Amino acid sequence: MVPLSYYLLLSGFLFGCGVIGFLIKRNIITIFMSIELMLNGVNLSFVAFAAHWHALSGQVFVFFVMVVAAAEAAVGLAIIIAVYRTRETLNVDQVNLLKL
Amino acid sequence: MNPNLNLWLIPLLPLAGAAINGFWGKKSSRNAVTAVALFFSGAAFAMALLVALRFSSLALPYHEFFAHWIRSGNFTADFSFYLDQLSLVMLLVVTGVGFLIHIYSVGYMWDDPSYYRFFSYLNLFMFFMLTLVLADNYLLMFIGWEGVGLASYLLIGFWFTKDSAASAGKKAFIVNRIGDFGFLIALFLLIKHFGSLNFDRVFGSVMPLGVETAGAGLLTAIGILLMVGACGKSAQIPLYIWLPDAMEGPTPVSALIHAATMVTAGVYMVSRSHVIFERAPIALTVVAIIGTLTAFFAATIGIAQTDIKKVLAYSTVSQLGYMFMACGAGAFSAGIFHLMTHAFFKGLLFLGAGSVIHAVGGEQDMRKMGGLKSFIPWTFLTMGIATLAIAGIPPLAGFWSKDEILWKAYQASPVYWAIGVITAFITSFYMFRLLYMTFFGDYHGAQVDEHGHGSHGHASHGNDDHGHGSPHESPMVMLVPLMILAVLSLVGGLVGIGDRFENFLAPVFGAREVAEAGSRRTELLLMGISVAVAVLGERLANLLYYKRPELPQRIADSLDGLYEAVVHKYYIDELYAAIFVKPLIDGSTRILWQGVDRNIIDAAVNDAGDVARQASDEVRHMQSGNIRSYAGWVAAGAAAVIAFMIWMGVR
Repeated sequence: MVPLSYYLLLSGFLFGCGVIGFLIKRNIITIFMSIELMLNGVNLSFVAFAAHWHALSGQVFVFFVMVVAAAEAAVGLAIIIAVYRTRETLNVDQVNLLKL
Repeated sequence: MNPNLNLWLIPLLPLAGAAINGFWGKKSSRNAVTAVALFFSGAAFAMALLVALRFSSLALPYHEFFAHWIRSGNFTADFSFYLDQLSLVMLLVVTGVGFLIHIYSVGYMWDDPSYYRFFSYLNLFMFFMLTLVLADNYLLMFIGWEGVGLASYLLIGFWFTKDSAASAGKKAFIVNRIGDFGFLIALFLLIKHFGSLNFDRVFGSVMPLGVETAGAGLLTAIGILLMVGACGKSAQIPLYIWLPDAMEGPTPVSALIHAATMVTAGVYMVSRSHVIFERAPIALTVVAIIGTLTAFFAATIGIAQTDIKKVLAYSTVSQLGYMFMACGAGAFSAGIFHLMTHAFFKGLLFLGAGSVIHAVGGEQDMRKMGGLKSFIPWTFLTMGIATLAIAGIPPLAGFWSKDEILWKAYQASPVYWAIGVITAFITSFYMFRLLYMTFFGDYHGAQVDEHGHGSHGHASHGNDDHGHGSPHESPMVMLVPLMILAVLSLVGGLVGIGDRFENFLAPVFGAREVAEAGSRRTELLLMGISVAVAVLGERLANLLYYKRPELPQRIADSLDGLYEAVVHKYYIDELYAAIFVKPLIDGSTRILWQGVDRNIIDAAVNDAGDVARQASDEVRHMQSGNIRSYAGWVAAGAAAVIAFMIWMGVR
């Protein structure tokens, strides 16, 4: 039996990687992937807790998160394509039309 | 059971006139404004006459409930009216003289661009004055009291573009506030101790109380505070200073408000409260002393004034002093009697002065008049009658009332009487001085017309365009009120013969013991003395201002310091400015404005703003517009929250 803390440490590591990637990367697709990484880090902690406490609700949450992530991926990729078509760049720092 | 008199209509009619002229007068023609103003004030007069006709069949005092106002626990104050002999006299004087002055004003103010505004204010004044007179509780009376103050302020400052008029209005208002403060405190005391302001209930509770002989008590305090209020409104020492300045208003206003009606409100109020005063001898003495001193001092100032309206203003103050002297002597009916006759002859004097000013094109300096009797014979005739009346020449109105007062004062204390007689002499002197300077001798006005009308800024005066050529008589619309008032001044005193006026008012003031037998001789002697001093005053004025016009200057020169003091009204205005006004202004400027307002309140607000601005200056760099930096802040925030929760969990 792997202790709960290992899962949580891995989960935290994955989430941290996501956060750091989100903060330091400029490419939208990379940022998008970082978000997926954070989501999955959280998912991991959900299932770990569900297994530990023998409670199903944690696993059900994971399904919801995956559904939302899938929908988000579809919409997000569509937006990225639209952005690329109009701005011909994927650098977020240059997508700043709303900035004064 | 009393018939319904609809008393509420009497004050509300002029209010309707004021509203109509105030809201629509600007767009109406002068004729329409005139019609409205005269109709509503005339209707009030007609109603008052109707009331007088049915008066004998009434059970008095007559109460009329109009509407609820304040009902709070046991305390009530309603819009309800009270009619007895005293209010009837006031009602007739206010509406009658008021209506005459409305008519006069049509002629006097015809050329003024703000004609409608004038009549709106004048009607408004009538409304408040009638409310004051008819109120059946002190609170409603106070509404009228404040309201006439407002109307007075508006009308003194009627030509508000003129600086002196605007500040005279302010002065009148502020000085009156001081008096009103005393009045208000008196009302609070009444509420606290008697739980009511209703006349019947207050007097009903006061009636059983004994006379406060040993030291001062509650009633004395109330009485003196009421007198403070009366001092403000009726221009008595020490608050008389606003009335002479109030002459900046149009002359009909001076006649109506500052001579005939409003300034007598204090006398009315004191008389109405006679139940309280009669039980507070100290308060009565205060009233008598203030009245006597005012009568004397104002009369002496009147001697040296050269502005025709200022002479009349000081004369008014002095005559009001007589009325208070009477009240203080316990002879309230004599005071009210003088109030009535004074309304006739002083109203007439002011209207006559207005006619004179009208005739000479806005000039008010008597030194630039003279010899006017051939130019304006009717004005001369009516003013002559009024002068005889105020001087106390029998059988004109002023003689009867003034003599009544002096007689009553003599019974109270010969000192009052002595000062009263000296004042009567001075009164006669300065009134005939006015008459001789204005109407006799040679006309000194011609050169004035060429030199741009002297120092009195009557560019704003309604009658400016009459300023050239020789003096001319006023139109009929101005002369008729003069004549009516002249007739009243002639015969108005006759109602007092044989104590008929006193007996009429006796139900209000209570029958006083009939003058002791044997004093009839004294009364006649005193009467003779007062007539003698009146004639003496006339002879002196005749000598100084008619036969030997160079004499007054020589006398003035020989009395250098005293004369200067009198000309400058004993420097009272300067004294008040030094004692009250300047410390107030300095204190307000240095402590309240620069100290408290600027250094504490403003500083607190400004510093709070500065702190906020500097803090936001620091934190605004967070909002760079860079999305990833925002995400970083979110992450940092989340990390901080988690760290906090962990730390709390560890503890």
